Amino acid sequence: MTRAPVASLSGITHRYGATCALDDVSLDIPAGCMAGLIGPDGVGKSSLLALIAGVRKLQTGKAMVLGGDIRDRAHLQACNHRIAYMPQGLGRNLYPTLSVRENLDFFGRLFGQSQAERRARIDDLLQSTGLDPFPDRAAGKLSGGMKQKLSLCSALIHDPDLMILDEPTTGVDPLSRQQFWDLIDRIRRERPAMSVIVATAYMDEAERFDWLAAMSDGKVIATGAPAEIREQAGQPTLESAFIALLPEEERAGHHEVIVPPRVPSDGPPAIEAQGLTCRFGNFTAVDHVDFQIERGEIFGFLGSNGCGKTTTMKMLTGLQPASEGKALLFGEVLDAGDMATRRRVGYMSQSFSLYSELSVRRNLELHAQLYQLPVETRAARVREMLEQFDLTEEADKRPDALPLGIRQRLQLAVALIHSPEVLILDEPTSGVDPVARDSFWQHLIDLSRNHGVTIFVSTHFMNEAERCDRISLMHAGRVLAVGTPADLAHSKGTDSLEEAFVSYLREAETTPDRAPAPPATHAATDSPASVHRAFDPARLWAFARRESIELLRDKIRLSFAFLGPIILMLTFGYGISFDVQDLPYAVFDQDQSAESRALMESFSGSRWFSEQPPATSAADLSARMKSAELVVGIEIPPDFGKDLLRGERPEVRVMVDGAMPFRAETTRGYLSGLAASYMSDQIERTYGRVINTSAASVETRFLYNQSFKSVYAMIPSVIMLMLILIPSMMSAMGVVREKETGSIANFRSTPVTRTEFILGKQLPYIVIALISFVTLMMMAYGVFGVTVKGSISTLLLGTLLYVMAATGFGVLISAFTRTQVAATFAAAVIAIIPAVNFSGLLVPVSSLSGSGRLIGLAFPSAWYQQISVGTFTKSLGFAELWQNHLMLAGFAVFFVAVSILALRKQEK
Amino acid sequence: MMRWLTNVFRLGLKELSSLRADPVLIVLIVYIFSFAVYSVATGAKLEVLNASVAYVDQDRSALSGRILSAILPPEFNPPEEISASDVQKVMDRGDYVFVLTIPPHFEADVLAGYQPEILMDVDATAMVQAGNGSVFLQEIIAAEVTKFVSGNDTDSVLPINLVVRTLFNPNRNTVWFSSVMQIINNITILSVLLTGAALIREREHGTIEHLLVMPVTPSEIMVAKIWANGLAIIVAAILSIWLVVQTLLGVPVAGSIPLFVLGAVLYLVSVTGLGILLATFTTSMPQFGLLALPVLVVMNLLSGSTTPMESMPVWLQNVMQISPSTHFVAFSQAILYRGAGLSIVWPNMVIMVTLSAVFFVIALKRFRLTMATAH
Repeated sequence: MTRAPVASLSGITHRYGATCALDDVSLDIPAGCMAGLIGPDGVGKSSLLALIAGVRKLQTGKAMVLGGDIRDRAHLQACNHRIAYMPQGLGRNLYPTLSVRENLDFFGRLFGQSQAERRARIDDLLQSTGLDPFPDRAAGKLSGGMKQKLSLCSALIHDPDLMILDEPTTGVDPLSRQQFWDLIDRIRRERPAMSVIVATAYMDEAERFDWLAAMSDGKVIATGAPAEIREQAGQPTLESAFIALLPEEERAGHHEVIVPPRVPSDGPPAIEAQGLTCRFGNFTAVDHVDFQIERGEIFGFLGSNGCGKTTTMKMLTGLQPASEGKALLFGEVLDAGDMATRRRVGYMSQSFSLYSELSVRRNLELHAQLYQLPVETRAARVREMLEQFDLTEEADKRPDALPLGIRQRLQLAVALIHSPEVLILDEPTSGVDPVARDSFWQHLIDLSRNHGVTIFVSTHFMNEAERCDRISLMHAGRVLAVGTPADLAHSKGTDSLEEAFVSYLREAETTPDRAPAPPATHAATDSPASVHRAFDPARLWAFARRESIELLRDKIRLSFAFLGPIILMLTFGYGISFDVQDLPYAVFDQDQSAESRALMESFSGSRWFSEQPPATSAADLSARMKSAELVVGIEIPPDFGKDLLRGERPEVRVMVDGAMPFRAETTRGYLSGLAASYMSDQIERTYGRVINTSAASVETRFLYNQSFKSVYAMIPSVIMLMLILIPSMMSAMGVVREKETGSIANFRSTPVTRTEFILGKQLPYIVIALISFVTLMMMAYGVFGVTVKGSISTLLLGTLLYVMAATGFGVLISAFTRTQVAATFAAAVIAIIPAVNFSGLLVPVSSLSGSGRLIGLAFPSAWYQQISVGTFTKSLGFAELWQNHLMLAGFAVFFVAVSILALRKQEK
Repeated sequence: MMRWLTNVFRLGLKELSSLRADPVLIVLIVYIFSFAVYSVATGAKLEVLNASVAYVDQDRSALSGRILSAILPPEFNPPEEISASDVQKVMDRGDYVFVLTIPPHFEADVLAGYQPEILMDVDATAMVQAGNGSVFLQEIIAAEVTKFVSGNDTDSVLPINLVVRTLFNPNRNTVWFSSVMQIINNITILSVLLTGAALIREREHGTIEHLLVMPVTPSEIMVAKIWANGLAIIVAAILSIWLVVQTLLGVPVAGSIPLFVLGAVLYLVSVTGLGILLATFTTSMPQFGLLALPVLVVMNLLSGSTTPMESMPVWLQNVMQISPSTHFVAFSQAILYRGAGLSIVWPNMVIMVTLSAVFFVIALKRFRLTMATAH
């Protein structure tokens, strides 16, 4: 190699907690060629690529990439413009609800391309990848191969100098894989200076690379051209060379997989599909599929992603009801509810589906229990599985700490714990390294040949397909061919199953596989204006626009966002009322005189009290108080009338239910009012003149709410409540969702800055909240007749600042949490308590004390409540409220600033 | 049946280990049942307490001084003097809920029998304090004026002696009320969120598929979630009642705690069932959060734990009958404050059981429909 290496690594060590992913790696990766990283899972390939791409933060060691130190922030920023990074996982960096074109458009915007340039590039890329017939299909609905092509397009949109692909073809069918590599070759011909670094688990792919680094256990064990590596190991194929190069202990127990011939068994087939069909809406996922699988047979299922393999398997397990046709197990029609059949079947789904929070042993035990293995043999069986699958050492670890290969072994162990007669395995070895795959297959063959277990397995690996007794090729929901691997190969006049498969697929492809046009050279390629700007509104807009499209496509979320506040305002406007009235009361009248009835008339005439049947005894009265039937109980003593007339001041006892203190206080207020008016009546009657009991009077003016109706006080507060709860809950999902789905990689690997990212994510939710505010205002006026008395512009500006603070609060939660569950909880729990209790909704902030007051003042709601109430009811404007605006602006800036600081551009 | 029970038990244990493995959830549970209860109970009081009063004294007489010095804590903060020109401003800012203006020559006019007026401005947007507080202030003023005029208490001249006794909470202390109601509200929030999230997490991680191919029925999965999450919450709630409410806040409990716990268990079954039901209507956490939030806020604020039930319009009272929180609040108030027994609260319990059954059956119907089908 004469050229300077594209990446030069020295002494790189990388740890995740206690596990060491990379152990003092020093490596020079040559420029201008296809460089491959090969090795089993969990040896640190992905970590190494992420470090080179600059998406992960370097711990120790030095990495020079594209001629500069990756630790240098300025260089890293420049690298973001020159490197394209495609993370592991099918379409991990794509946005499933966006269409093909929208996805590419988003990436184009991130690199500051003009509309014309984007259009030209996208058309070009779509054409050269053969995606041009489906520009409007949602990315989530593409097949695996197409997803990867789209991912590649999005990586190529800015003409990178270095392309980093992390297992781009894992889980993709052979035809798509071939097309993918052809595409890369063509692009490299166009741009010979571009360097490509690829990690792969497919050794046959590695053969076509220019240079390879084989890795094992965090170390590089060999480097050089494929031929050199084969030579070094003295093996004919790269796969065997790799195994030979492994250190002794890694290889231990590995030997060639040999499939002994199968002894045919009689009886009905173990699995039979008859015209099995499954439709989702008007999309037919599985279209009249027929096959029969004999007992003890290993039956392989091949086909591209999204061709209906998984759906077919789910129908056979009863997980997915069939739209048409039937599935038979052991000659009987499958009944999804039949527990006995379930015990005869083991199933392993495509993705890891065990409890990652339980240890390996606990997972096995749980399944043993749920399959009702007898108590006495359970422990032995768990031990046996641990030993058989070589999991004893890992028994007390949690699955998420284990490499994929070991996790798949655990999944198989779990699927086998109840010794099922049929095993249905959905791509069990996808992403698993050769050694682990071989040992996995040893188990399968042993089960089939020695234990008579029927195995139905789907795979993308041709060498695995060749080990099956029979295979079926599936495409677009239909079975293309069924037969032994040799027969299928011969039927296409070839020895290689892969070639046969590809030619079957080509025949079935609806779109002709025309030679795609090579990418045109771009005149406008290096428009320097948009590149390397520290803050680019266009990138911010790219995120805001994408977030909005996603939100608009999620109809459920959108309708909750608008309907939630409306429903809440209705219920609160009508429901939360401090207008205490209709208090049920009863009288125990022991006098029954005209005087006692007169006293009672003052009660029955009041709208505050509602009369219940009289009580028959003091005990009756208190029992009814106890059952909450009565709020007020009145006891009139015997001889009340006589005593009253004699002027002996008879005692009338009134009991008030104090369970709800607020109501009790109000009730007491009513009682003293009633008593006062009754007494002046009495005095008038007795003495025949009006006397005033007081020498002075109090003139009470209820300001801002003359009729003293709860609704006028409530509506502005409800707006306060709604505008904090819903927007913060929505924006809290923004960042954390990307963390969970993996699309956060786009933030890390493109030139977008933290500020652009955070503000871009926040913007759509601010808009949603403002629209929601307008609907609430209209409802306040239309339904409750509440209008804004003060300055509307003050209210609007306050609202804008408030929703900025509210969404900022959500983003802040999002930046700190790791899972959406935690974010939902945190947003709900942290926001509800101060907003409901300490923001003036129920108790004025001026009367709060202690921690409550502090919590209230430390949260935006209390500040906005004064703006909302002030402008709605008190005719206030900026002159009185500017301090509140200032505080809200402060909150908005603070929340966003902390989120920006908390979010790391590089992963740790 | 035996198998059903053991499966429910096993799955529930699994649920508990999942919960234990999530430190964020544990922290939130502890927070919500300790600090949150304490700060709401002591911080936000619905009684007239620390109400802020300002005055403009244009008389500066002995009588005006006596009136102002009779405005005392704990109901009122010591009144603060402001100038007449500031009244509008301080009211607008919400600095004070009450402003009293005592006119010039007030005392002289009282003695001359002119019946002068004191002006009381009330911020009526502070609903909770405005109504009761103004009544209290009127009473204080009337009492002081009468005392000043007659030199003794007014009561003896009145024809009847009205003795008002407040039962169950003689001092009308809101801490008694809001601490327990806050626990109930928190039980509601946690039950719905925990179980709903547990279900959605299983679906997002694909583990639910795994369960459904095993000899395990949806009812087992659901009941396991209900008992495990319910158990965690009830333990936290009982600890909270014991440590925070009884010990720290010193609230006496009138009725039988075991009976209350029994009711709480019934309530938990219904709200955790509701959580599962809500989860079957959504496919992702963001959707679930947005659906659960309004449901929770309505269930908490309109259940009678914040404002009196009978203040709501009748139609809304009827609507709220389908919320288990309404019945549990009534149940808890009866037992904890009024010391009621089973003979009084059994109708509430029956309704909670019925609601649980309804939620459970609907959730079960939707479960297979939504959980098993591919995304």
